[in-house]
Amino acid sequence: MPHDHHDHDHPHALLPPDPALRVKALETILTRKGLIDPAALDEILDTYQNRIGPQNGADVVARAWSDPAFRDALLKDATAVVADLGYYGRQGEHIEVVENTPDTHNMVVCTLCSCYPWPLLGIPPGWYKSDAYRARAVREPRRVLADFGVTLPDTTAVRVWDSTAEVRYLVLPMRPAGSDGMDRAALAGLVTRDSMIGTGLPRSPE
Amino acid sequence: MTRVHDMGGRFGDGPVVPEPQGIAQFGADWHPRALAVTLAAGALGQWNIDMSRRARENLAPKDYARFSYYEKWIAALADLLVETGTLSRDDLRVAADDSRHPLSERALKAERVASVLARGSPADRPGGPAPAFSAGQKVRSLRPAANRLIEGGHTRLPAYASGALGTVLRLHGTHVLPDSSAHGLGDAAEPLYAVAFPASELWAQPENPNDEVILDLWQSYLEPA
Repeated sequence: MPHDHHDHDHPHALLPPDPALRVKALETILTRKGLIDPAALDEILDTYQNRIGPQNGADVVARAWSDPAFRDALLKDATAVVADLGYYGRQGEHIEVVENTPDTHNMVVCTLCSCYPWPLLGIPPGWYKSDAYRARAVREPRRVLADFGVTLPDTTAVRVWDSTAEVRYLVLPMRPAGSDGMDRAALAGLVTRDSMIGTGLPRSPE
Repeated sequence: MTRVHDMGGRFGDGPVVPEPQGIAQFGADWHPRALAVTLAAGALGQWNIDMSRRARENLAPKDYARFSYYEKWIAALADLLVETGTLSRDDLRVAADDSRHPLSERALKAERVASVLARGSPADRPGGPAPAFSAGQKVRSLRPAANRLIEGGHTRLPAYASGALGTVLRLHGTHVLPDSSAHGLGDAAEPLYAVAFPASELWAQPENPNDEVILDLWQSYLEPA
């Protein structure tokens, strides 16, 4: 059987060891050869620092809370529904929305790397990529939730979704009590990033 | 059998440290540069996402453990550039010259960034083998968790979920098989399923008997049970 030959003598060791210098060196090499365009890098950065973030997911959740037909369609074929809202794209090619209920709390992890629904939530926060979260979320989700200040009743089952393929999961949290009559924009303001990963709960209305 | 990235269920990592809500912030100035350089270089089309993951996992265990997230990205990017012949070792070793690269025609331009990011790279494929399992069916995951095509190769079956009895929740469709794709062996697309495993099937001391872990697993990772 062939074996993975790519285990020794890694080329990256030829670059400076300091990470900032290493990135700079590779960026310089690729730019001078015309393989990357500095203006394109700026555009990518602007996209993920300013334009794509959890406000997209919050919009989806607020719509689901406001419109039962939207919710039903979202749970049935989320990829098509969020694409209609302009939230299709890299690391969100196959979306599933999983709904929290009094009986079931959903929580998302990627134990093998850090897969995350970028078009809906932006780039992942540091903790999502941490060894601690990747290692612990599948074995002791309730202790991980405690790190976030969340305690669930024993009667609520925890379903942890380990993102092992290209399907990206978004949690649809339960609509908070006291939010009756709030419009969609106000509802979106209750939706936190962590509540859509399943490590948090939505804010309560003031 | 395992590689260091396969850490689901591991003990000893300490607390998870929450961060403020909203758009996630980068931890250092070079982090966003590493992200942007990696995405822009990926747009040259010389590798796929499975090859990217494989390159990160193939870092030496001691490097994988001590490198931060974007350090893994940039090291794996350098390795991929050389592996695919896009750059030579000399290109990395000495200050680059200004000669245009044959692939420079394909460099991602600023005006195309939005459309490239919006287009993504879907992993589903038409055709492929017929689904062997249906929702509600009991299945057992392979043991050991390992690539069956390449010794020590990339796979997406975590060790903690190997040899476990679960229930098919749903069929996602037919998706590219990473075990093949990560090694340039083609898409080899297969039916992909969400499979639910009771926590008690995976852990000696589950926190709650009703808890479950759900994994997306390819047909060849599963046997009827």
